[in-house]
Amino acid sequence: MISEAVVDLSRLQFAMTAMYHFLFVPLTLGLAFLLAIMESVYVMTGKQVYKDMVKFWGKLFGINFALGVTTGLTMEFQFGTNWAYYSHYVGDIFGAPLAIEGLMAFFLESTFIGLFFFGWDRLSKVQHLVVTWLVALGSNLSALWILIANGWMQNPVGAEFNYQTMRMELVDFGALIFNPVAQVKFVHTVAAGYVTGSIFVLAISSYYLLKKRDLGFARRSFAIASAFGLASILSVIVLGDESGYEIGDVQKTKLAAIEAEWETHPAPAGFTLFGLPNQEEMRTDYEVKIPWALGLIATRSLDEEVKGIKDLIAEHEGRIRNGMGAYALLEQLRGGDKSAETITAFEAVKHDLGYGLLLKKYTGNVVDASEEQIKLAAQDTIPHVFSLFWSFRAMVASGFLMLALFACAFWASARKNEESKPWLLRWALLSLPLPWIAAQTGWYVAEHGRQPWSIGEVLPTHLSASSLTTGDVWGSLIALVAFYSLLLVIEMYLMIKFARLGPSSLHTGRYHFERQAAAQSAQA
Amino acid sequence: MFDYETLKLVWWVLIGVLLIGFALTDGFDMGAMALMPFVGKTDNERRAAINTIAPHWDGNQVWFITAGGALFAAWPMVYAVAFSGLYWAMLLVLFALFCRPVGFDYRSKLENQQWRSAWDWALFVGGAAPALLFGVAFGNLFLGLPFRLDELMRSTYEGSFFALLHPFALLAGVVSLSMLCAHGGAWLMMRTDAELHQRSRKATQLCALVFLLAFAGAGAWLALGIQGFSLVGGFSDLGAALNPLNKQVSLDNSGWLANYAQYPWTRIAPLAGLAGGLLALLGALFNRGGVAFLGSSLAIVGTICTAGFALFPFVFPSSLDPASSLTMWDAVSSYKTLGIMLVVAGIFVPLILLYTLWCYTRMWGRVTNQTIESNPHGLY
Repeated sequence: MISEAVVDLSRLQFAMTAMYHFLFVPLTLGLAFLLAIMESVYVMTGKQVYKDMVKFWGKLFGINFALGVTTGLTMEFQFGTNWAYYSHYVGDIFGAPLAIEGLMAFFLESTFIGLFFFGWDRLSKVQHLVVTWLVALGSNLSALWILIANGWMQNPVGAEFNYQTMRMELVDFGALIFNPVAQVKFVHTVAAGYVTGSIFVLAISSYYLLKKRDLGFARRSFAIASAFGLASILSVIVLGDESGYEIGDVQKTKLAAIEAEWETHPAPAGFTLFGLPNQEEMRTDYEVKIPWALGLIATRSLDEEVKGIKDLIAEHEGRIRNGMGAYALLEQLRGGDKSAETITAFEAVKHDLGYGLLLKKYTGNVVDASEEQIKLAAQDTIPHVFSLFWSFRAMVASGFLMLALFACAFWASARKNEESKPWLLRWALLSLPLPWIAAQTGWYVAEHGRQPWSIGEVLPTHLSASSLTTGDVWGSLIALVAFYSLLLVIEMYLMIKFARLGPSSLHTGRYHFERQAAAQSAQA
Repeated sequence: MFDYETLKLVWWVLIGVLLIGFALTDGFDMGAMALMPFVGKTDNERRAAINTIAPHWDGNQVWFITAGGALFAAWPMVYAVAFSGLYWAMLLVLFALFCRPVGFDYRSKLENQQWRSAWDWALFVGGAAPALLFGVAFGNLFLGLPFRLDELMRSTYEGSFFALLHPFALLAGVVSLSMLCAHGGAWLMMRTDAELHQRSRKATQLCALVFLLAFAGAGAWLALGIQGFSLVGGFSDLGAALNPLNKQVSLDNSGWLANYAQYPWTRIAPLAGLAGGLLALLGALFNRGGVAFLGSSLAIVGTICTAGFALFPFVFPSSLDPASSLTMWDAVSSYKTLGIMLVVAGIFVPLILLYTLWCYTRMWGRVTNQTIESNPHGLY
């Protein structure tokens, strides 16, 4: 058995590297699309300012992209280094979307990004525009495939356990790709990326407008960002709601934990707006509820119930007992008894094998687990309610704040009076962290809400880790935190420096600081 | 389409193709950056060297990422056992590679000389360290790695990072480092001019010479001093789903060379390695960048094939428990996954080659002092 410390440290390392990676990814997704839109306007109108916009926002895009690539490398190899048993157990399915992501998306994005930066003088206008669109397409496709992989972790469809190879194997590729969880997640996530890009451009343009410099440049950037942002935030919210519907169907435990639904209430369930969930005692203090809302979101009906945590634990306990039987049969099969009866008996219960494996945390010998161990394992099937409850609400609140901002910004930009509304500009500038708060809390909900599973109801997280020592994982964790922090400081320094400098950093002579310098030298 | 046995063989070839694709493309990025601080004396020369690969390094790096993904998809056991076992070696490679994306993009964003020089050394590490470590890892495959599989297919690894630094493995590291540096040097010969070109030419000569000696030396060592593995039985049907623990492996001295004796055509691989190294050396001596690059490319293909042919059918041998060794017969994905991934690769690899080639032709030409000075803010 692997020590619990190794599992916890490996989880911490994965969470840290993934969340860090996702500081850069959404901005890449959103900016790539915005750059493609800006360049399309340039090619259609022929106005130089749009080309300058592509080049300037492209410079900031590049600073961000470099760290996205750097931190992405870790993600591709960390399953092998730290989650070796996971890689063996589900590699037959999970590896495929990762490899396809490389072949279909990364190559496209990464091959053309060089031409995006350095091909301005070597390509025709239209060719360069096509290159920019291909970069945007590549980054979006990579999101598609990685979310197909992630969606499968949440809802492992199209796969069967094979006792001979002791792993999950692919049986239906179509089910893997058209996994409803993956499809909804994809649109929700890329739209969240577009929102991130839009807020980024909106906030920094607002800064120039507040400083009253490079107005034409800033106004146009503001207009594109507010329109694209409004459309995107609407899709995020609608798809987020759709996401609620999907998890209501396949991940009842996650839903119950997010909502701190301890009991199964008669349909339709109410939505808890505020409360302090107490997992020890299984109740929520000081709760404020909106009647019916949760039932509507999660089941799209008024008569289906949303199952509560207490009932789920009882249900899971039954599945754990069933899983013990499955494990006993698996041992027989692996031991050489391959009679038709054993195989049939195993096939009938193998969908609960994962629940049996939950006991591995407490005993090497699953078959003889004690009553107490079974109870403990059943308790483990509920993730940490308080943090999920509040992360989810932080995400939703950020989303609605951004909706209000984009609506006002779009309205002001359509009436061409955003410059006379300093409150709006300041609000936009202060909103810069919101999409990141929403993305990080959203991923926390998605991934912590899946615990104790690495693959939903198939493979427990504590079994998935590599057989490493705590020293190994402490060492890599500290090294990664140190190196990543250093890189983040450098990145922020460059980002702020160039954002402050604005389009003057292009050295075209057309923008604020260079004109100021030219005017001063003319005076002298 | 294919039966399972054939598919397994096809994927062994495909993984090799991806590795070769990686070494041919990202190989000159790594080689050029490993040489950059030495062949580039002035800031403009270093920028010229960097800008020869600026539009391409990211696309090239995807060969590495895709090889990792393909390993995960096609040989999940190898992906799992190798990367967790070689934990610190893998992390060192990753940390070295971290230096590249940021190094390229951030280096010339500030005028400060200390800033730039720090990034130059970061780029040097990002090029040289992986080039060396990949060779060390390959060398260790011939020695076997200390891991074993239990009944549930969980692997435990009982070695340390320092145990990987066996003299033979270090020699293999020299082979790969000198090979990729010769490749990078030949690339710089083709893409730069003046003193930078001349220094790259000297570096290519030196690296090609070191490669030839090290490659021949490693071959002799392999023949004389290293115990090989051979698969002697246990698998009745190679086209079935196999449990790695059911095979019988014997350790005998002709093991790693047995394939060359049994299938004489495979000897073309080491010959190509030597001929490539020689061609690279001659190309550099006679100042023909294109010829040198062709030579270093041939050396790369020859060297990787030499290792692959010698090890076949093993891909990750175990010194601790030879039966736990992973082979291309028993460490593979299911028939269905291999088939689907073959179709995907069949469609996308040719497409990738086409658009990559288009990008190279668009950006072709020498990067000179003049190029840098005429566009100081638009280039890396």
